[in-house]
Amino acid sequence: MNLATFWFILIAILWAGYFVLEGFDFGVGILLPFLGRDDTERRIMINTIGPVWDGNEVWLLTAGGATFAAFPLWYASLFSGFYLALLLILAALIVRGVCFEFRSKVDSPRWRANWDRAIFAGSALPALLWGVAFANIVRGVPLNAAHVYTGNLLTLLNWYGLLGGLVTLSLFTLHGALFLAVRTSGELRPRAHRAAVRVALAAVPLAAVFLAVTQYHDGKPATDVTAALAAVALIGAAYAAFRGWEGWAFAGTAVTLVLAVATLFGDLWPNVLPSSTNPAYSLTVDNASSAHYTLVVMSWVAVIFTPVVLGYQSWTYWVFRKRLTRSDIVVPPATGTETVEPVGGRS
Amino acid sequence: MTVLELSRWQFGITTVYHFIFVPLTIGLSLVVACMQTAWQIKKDPVYLRMTKFFGKIFLINFAVGVVTGIVQEFQFGMNWSAYSVFVGNVFGAPLAMEALLAFFLESTFIGLWIFGWNKLPPRLHLATIWLAAVGTSLSAYFILAANSWMQHPVGYRVVPGTHRVELTSIWAVLTNSTAIAAWTHVFVASFMVAAAVLIAVSAWHVGRQSQLEVFRPVLRLGLAIMLAAGIATAVTGDVQARLMDSQQPMKMAAAEALYNTSDSASFSLFTIGSLNGSQEVWSVRVPDLLSLIATLNPHGTVQGINNVERAYQKKYGPGSYEPVIPVTYWSFRLMVGFGSLAALLAAIGLWLTRRRRIPRSRWFYRVALWSLALPYLAATMGWIFTEMGRQPWTVFGLLTTAQSVSPGVTASSVIISLTVFTLLYAGLAAIAGWLTVRHVKAGAPDETERPDTPAPLPVFQY
Repeated sequence: MNLATFWFILIAILWAGYFVLEGFDFGVGILLPFLGRDDTERRIMINTIGPVWDGNEVWLLTAGGATFAAFPLWYASLFSGFYLALLLILAALIVRGVCFEFRSKVDSPRWRANWDRAIFAGSALPALLWGVAFANIVRGVPLNAAHVYTGNLLTLLNWYGLLGGLVTLSLFTLHGALFLAVRTSGELRPRAHRAAVRVALAAVPLAAVFLAVTQYHDGKPATDVTAALAAVALIGAAYAAFRGWEGWAFAGTAVTLVLAVATLFGDLWPNVLPSSTNPAYSLTVDNASSAHYTLVVMSWVAVIFTPVVLGYQSWTYWVFRKRLTRSDIVVPPATGTETVEPVGGRS
Repeated sequence: MTVLELSRWQFGITTVYHFIFVPLTIGLSLVVACMQTAWQIKKDPVYLRMTKFFGKIFLINFAVGVVTGIVQEFQFGMNWSAYSVFVGNVFGAPLAMEALLAFFLESTFIGLWIFGWNKLPPRLHLATIWLAAVGTSLSAYFILAANSWMQHPVGYRVVPGTHRVELTSIWAVLTNSTAIAAWTHVFVASFMVAAAVLIAVSAWHVGRQSQLEVFRPVLRLGLAIMLAAGIATAVTGDVQARLMDSQQPMKMAAAEALYNTSDSASFSLFTIGSLNGSQEVWSVRVPDLLSLIATLNPHGTVQGINNVERAYQKKYGPGSYEPVIPVTYWSFRLMVGFGSLAALLAAIGLWLTRRRRIPRSRWFYRVALWSLALPYLAATMGWIFTEMGRQPWTVFGLLTTAQSVSPGVTASSVIISLTVFTLLYAGLAAIAGWLTVRHVKAGAPDETERPDTPAPLPVFQY
């Protein structure tokens, strides 16, 4: 295996990590208006991802930075080509990011309701668009001989791209519902559990059709296996959700996302951005990569520091492993807007 | 406007905006870490109130800094894809390191700090804010190493037959003299921004005689930091000037609008005349100062714009290598002027508040409040100077800005993104500003006196 392939795999791992981690952040944001019946419940939901969402988003920044360093031509063609789609994603991530911080700073129902809407939109839009983007990357986009994208935003919104978008949207929502079922207690937990079962009814057929179409078009024997395993993991997750085994179901959707990313990147290899105009114009692992020395330097950095990052991020999840309840939410004193008083007060 | 012009405006607007929030998070994260450390050591609740109060201001700013930072990383590829292809081998490395080494550190430990108040042991919790603060400063180092490579490329070679550069020494890129000087300058200047916030906020309260036990010490602290950081910023900027004189002589000449090479060059504090300084009606000049800044010798030779231009034309081929002189000339002066004024006012403020004195004059508090703008303006002018002074290059001597722009992106796309970012950022600034003002006015209440909250620990949860 040459270093360029190693970096292709590493970038696939970063995307897999991003989808598994920010996937449930998006899911929680999407479910916020549907599952949170009062402000305390919505705050519980936001606080389940509160300590971790920012660190989860860094997986995206690292994937972007790694692509820039290891495959400059891929980074250049992809980011300039998907210009307006990325603009939408950026705008959504900006709004969503400040929502979490700003929402709690003013104790007014209207202020919070507006931010809740923004959290929903800022989560749903990227959840949809990442699927659109990846479906198009695997299928190929119009690239000219200079590897410059010649399509526009509508080129990306083809039926296959949109199907991919619905898959990530539904998978992330399911993943988020299961995360809430694992991280909350009280009334919220069974509600999240029921939502997961309902979302699974949409996610399973969508993902199955998408994976089948993808494998029919761009499949390889090895990725047929990962695609089949992804489908099995998803069905297993849906079954576990149905039976109420929340932890297993959450693990199932996480495995599904990892295997789905593995399938897409496996189908993509040895290309990184295929040209639908002429296969000769495609960007590949070899023609898009950085020179050997850069890859050597970056490999050392990745090998040394990735375990450290994984260590302290995992520790964060360990610190915040306890299920959140109403009593964990500090109600600002002297306000009459809360419908339910915290049970038992602060302990 | 062309795609190039639109893209430049977008990069300028988003970057200047991003850097409104960044220096405050760099400076204030360390100040808050010190406050919390003081609380841990002295157990005086006043330090806890400071930590909580300024921690909240820090978090509001941090949020905006983080989300606008994502745009920064993405827009190299989006708007400057030709640049990205050219430099990716070299420039991508510090960017990826920034994400892996710094962004993870700051974002993860900020999360632990916000939500860990009642969960982590106090010492461990204190460590989280320090680690987050280290992350922000480390992040600044990597991005400044990347930027310094554009100002002064080192550790690379141009690949023959392709339009790309290759990294030959990561060590050279990370220990670039330009990067070390730039980081030091930015790091200490960040404390001027943080100090301005400490001063303005505490002056607002001290002027109203409210919560003096918290805000009087903070006012003194802010004034002291401002003076110290102001001196350090001047010293580090001075070091940068000499590097600039040897590495980017055109930028040095453009800073003074010095057209012809001269010995014992004077420095003009102020000029009235044609905007680009070629014709002068009236000016205030300090003799020999420019030579002294650039060469450490009052009679040293400073190269003029015309002379450098001819040398560059010989080296790089026909064309113009002049930056926009009115911009470089005035941004340089305003940077120095705003920064010096802030430090000077801080020195006066320290004198007026000596030995527990509380000034009566309303002017003291007015000036303290409005001087908040000075370090922000100075920092903005500094970036405008250093980036505009590098023009017409993106990578000095290797790639021009005109060659850097994305070939496949249309003007209408950039108009859309420019509009979206400008409106979105204006909205964010308004909300973040309003929230901060609201929080400042509420003050830092003494929670131990409230009977309904037995645990006085601050909680920042969402």
